[in-house]
Amino acid sequence: MPQVLIVDYGVGNLLSLKFALEKAGLKAKIATQSQKFKEADAIALPGVGNFTAAAKALNSVKQELVDAVEAGTPILGICLGLQLYFEASEEGPGEGLAFFKGKNVRLTGQVKIPHMGWNTIQKVEQNELFDGVADDSYVYFVHSLYPVPADKEIICTQTEYAQTFTSAVASKNIYGTQFHPEKSGDVGLQILKNFAQIVSR
Amino acid sequence: MPLAKRIIPCLDVTGGCVVKGVNFLNLQNAGDPVELAKRYSDAGADELVFLDITASSDNRETLRDVVEGVAKAINIPFTVGGGIRSESDARLVLCSGADKTSVNTSAVENPKLISKLADLFGQQCVVVAIDAKRNYSKQKEKVTVETAAGECWFEVYTYGGRKPTGIDAVQWSTKAMELGAGEFLVTSMDCDGTKNGFDLDLTRAISERVNVPVIASGGAGKPEHFLEAFTKGKADAALAASVFHYNQYPVSVVKDYLRKMGVTIRP
Repeated sequence: MPQVLIVDYGVGNLLSLKFALEKAGLKAKIATQSQKFKEADAIALPGVGNFTAAAKALNSVKQELVDAVEAGTPILGICLGLQLYFEASEEGPGEGLAFFKGKNVRLTGQVKIPHMGWNTIQKVEQNELFDGVADDSYVYFVHSLYPVPADKEIICTQTEYAQTFTSAVASKNIYGTQFHPEKSGDVGLQILKNFAQIVSR
Repeated sequence: MPLAKRIIPCLDVTGGCVVKGVNFLNLQNAGDPVELAKRYSDAGADELVFLDITASSDNRETLRDVVEGVAKAINIPFTVGGGIRSESDARLVLCSGADKTSVNTSAVENPKLISKLADLFGQQCVVVAIDAKRNYSKQKEKVTVETAAGECWFEVYTYGGRKPTGIDAVQWSTKAMELGAGEFLVTSMDCDGTKNGFDLDLTRAISERVNVPVIASGGAGKPEHFLEAFTKGKADAALAASVFHYNQYPVSVVKDYLRKMGVTIRP
């Protein structure tokens, strides 16, 4: 069974992601200091918390993480994990992993923020991460910012919430969702199973 | 499509078992939390809330096991609250698999806790639970609301509804929001356990003044009550316990009704 290493940057809920990845058919481990990302079959970059704190906490493993991803290890970034793929964030200072050009901006408009709850995704580009997932499926969101990729080609799905924002990206071995697949019931499980399929190839 | 309104079964847990009281008293055993969590998740619940109602430091291990068991069993979000007094209490439940943590008494007594938790874990992790009761006595500088039973304000109670604080719930909610509350769980002590419907005046008063989601709680007895919570109460989510626990109205029945009435609901 392929192993996915969950990056632990010291905040929040890692266990439910671990359990969900296991249900999807991966052997999930929460990374410890001694574990090497380049030895993992896949990486999950989870996501609750604050961009600045996370960027700082990631610093010690940043180079290793970037090297592993550049070497082709599939990575799934979730929520803040996805936001860390970009260069910067309006949430605060700090440098992201900069896999993609662009930055994270705050949700605005006459709506309640955080955007918290179940909303639908509209597919922009079919990607294998969304195989078997119907357009307009409900997934679970909890966030106040969203990424604005400079390269629109990487956008997989979009979601409406006072604005149309990018809710998932994919490019080569790099996958990311603004929503939480590990919290999105059967739809989320299907997405994680697809990721497990990608990893198993 | 707008954001779906959420239906949230609540599980009051004590010593690892789910209980539900009427007006915060007369607790009855209603079952195993992990089993109930799985049942609700399968039935279409959008989220779950666990409140450790007799939270004390000596049953932290029990709570940790329950939270972990639930996280393993379900893949919908859940909040754990009750007795969260510090950063380390919050960390324990969040690191055992909970998505959010709720604070109540500790936040009233130490509002800075809200900012601290929001800074550490993100605003979205911090649910501020407010237990409020109508107070019909006239007092200066309270936010009063004209209700069918007369003009009143809403008083915050702490310690599981045992201690009146003199604090105005509406004013408290706006202050807590500024401090970093990501969501409010507003329980009407007048309505809790009665099955006569939510306190729509209370829910609306808070929902209209805060820019974060509000969960209506206390008093759900039938599907119509949930509809009112969303329409008249302007709630973003509605929470109930006994109506679901005793299978009076399964989650699916409530959701089917709401969908038929034009509310945006996740299938």
